[in-house]
Amino acid sequence: MSTQQSWTIGIDAGSTAIKIALYNGQDFFCGQRPSGWSPRQEAQEMLDKAVKEQVAAPSEAEKTIKAIYATGYGRVSLHFANKAMTEIACHGKGAAYLAKEALALEKSLIIDIGGQDAKGIVINNQGRVLDFVMNDKCAAGTGRFLQVTAQALGLEVTDLSTIAEEGTDRAHPINAMCTVFAESEVIGLLHKGISRQAIVAGLHQSIARRVVAMVARLLPREESPILFTGGVSCNQSIAKAIEAELQRPVIVPSQATYAGAIGAALYAWEDQKGDSRT
Amino acid sequence: MSLSRPLSMAHFDMAIPHAATSIKQMKEAGTKVVGHYCVMAPQELILAAGAVPMALCATKEEPIADGEKALPRNFCPLIKSSYGFAITDKCPFFLYSDLVMGETTCDGKKKMFELMSQCKPMVVMNLPPSYEREADKAYWLTEVERTKAVLEEQFNVTITEEAIVEATKVLNAERRLVQSLAKTMQADPVPLSGLDLLKVLWSRNFVFDRAEFAAQVEELIAELEERIQKGEGALPKGAKRIIVTGVPTGLGAEKVLRLLEESGAAIVYIENCAGMKQFLTEVDESKEPLQGVADKYLATPCSCMSPNKTRLELLAQLVDEYNADGVVDITWQGCHTYNVESRILREYLQEKKGTPFLHIETDYSQGDSEQLKTRIQAFLEMIA
Repeated sequence: MSTQQSWTIGIDAGSTAIKIALYNGQDFFCGQRPSGWSPRQEAQEMLDKAVKEQVAAPSEAEKTIKAIYATGYGRVSLHFANKAMTEIACHGKGAAYLAKEALALEKSLIIDIGGQDAKGIVINNQGRVLDFVMNDKCAAGTGRFLQVTAQALGLEVTDLSTIAEEGTDRAHPINAMCTVFAESEVIGLLHKGISRQAIVAGLHQSIARRVVAMVARLLPREESPILFTGGVSCNQSIAKAIEAELQRPVIVPSQATYAGAIGAALYAWEDQKGDSRT
Repeated sequence: MSLSRPLSMAHFDMAIPHAATSIKQMKEAGTKVVGHYCVMAPQELILAAGAVPMALCATKEEPIADGEKALPRNFCPLIKSSYGFAITDKCPFFLYSDLVMGETTCDGKKKMFELMSQCKPMVVMNLPPSYEREADKAYWLTEVERTKAVLEEQFNVTITEEAIVEATKVLNAERRLVQSLAKTMQADPVPLSGLDLLKVLWSRNFVFDRAEFAAQVEELIAELEERIQKGEGALPKGAKRIIVTGVPTGLGAEKVLRLLEESGAAIVYIENCAGMKQFLTEVDESKEPLQGVADKYLATPCSCMSPNKTRLELLAQLVDEYNADGVVDITWQGCHTYNVESRILREYLQEKKGTPFLHIETDYSQGDSEQLKTRIQAFLEMIA
């Protein structure tokens, strides 16, 4: 890597994973690791490693890295960041970048499901947030919800998508959306002899129904794109369930998990460009 | 420009502590006290009966657990807090009230007042469903007349027309004064923080001498006008200007207002019952005294009225007058009328003004503060 280049960095310190995005005005380099018990330390280590690998020798880092913006749950705890922005602004920006071909239209909707939160964000084609909704304080329908129910089923959260595909045609409805009640319901269904495949498929449908109800007020015109981002967007079965519920196609950008970090790095880049000193 | 707080706020910092100690002395001196909860309570009648109106505690989280012993948990925190305070005698104003006045602004309160009447003499005024229909206005007048009769019987007095006229003049003058206080918030930078504005308006319920309160507000207004001249503000010039509306957010329940100001926004107007709602209109002094009082209170733009067009029109007008960048509408959990009206209000403001709008549903606990902070900060970033 050339040491002459300027870089900005976005770090999305989420409840479950920390994502980092390095940007040189052209390309992004992204990485992630679990938040662990000390997200601040994890983020620091991740930053040091990424800078060393992608940017420059530590001695030159100060010259080449123009700004670090933090977002996500832990945004305020990252003392080395130049600025903290909410994940709503950053996801909007990042998703607009990741799906720029799709965003020719005036307004798009992003459905973002992370570790603790589910959000609906309306953006314009520049990634500017026009309106948003967010789930209330409970974790219903989020990554954490999936983790708890996966555990009750003796599965890894990453297995859910494949398992659900096998059960789509006989999905068993899950009524409870409270994480704790859903766990009880899932255990009850297992005892009744319902297959894991049918339970997981039902679980995904109930998540899709809930998130679609939440974003209903924000749904754009028929032809406007709907994007799906955040950690849970890795689960293709949920993406399909959301499509089925909306009866509209949903785009999952290739780096959807990194939308927040990418958005933060982009905001940092734009602010640097606006600053005459650089 | 330096950010600072007006010196005259000292009066209002002390209002509640003073009230808690002076009420005992007042009672010992034989003063009659009428406790009330709502801006629908016709205070002219209380004054005209020679009694002192006192706002009862309803905005603290502390007694909610006691309230939940008798009330459903999914009731709104305001009702549970009111009832919890009442049954535990933790509110000195309730303890010392000779009579408690309630208004049926929702089904939850209506039924809670039935339980509350077991611990205090009460007069519950039944509100009609609308402020528009003539039949409802006529019915409300009978409720005001009945309330007058209850006060007369309770305190063994006759409430004369002259006394109502006199009380009306005092309270109308206070309403005009508070309106001119609110107008100072049109300046940029705002000369007073929203939390301090709330404190002043809330203190109004705890300074029992109306002339004393008027003098304190006049002193504050004079200081604020001087600050505006000098360009001194409580928040930086250019801070995002927010109008807060929705359910009452009195001291103890000011969480959302605090989070807004901590996130750098200036609260330029508080439209709700803890704020300006009761001061907006005056009693028409050209009407029959009791009719004038009845009409003023019934016209209150509360979400318990259906339809409630006045609130929509008022907010659209306030957005212009206060040059607001956004409206934040707060609903307590379980408050169905404000919750549904939020959607109506959002769509109305969207259509008329395109005003950015954030609806927050919460309670008195701090459990969702971090989540709310994210939503508030995102809202401010959105309108940046």
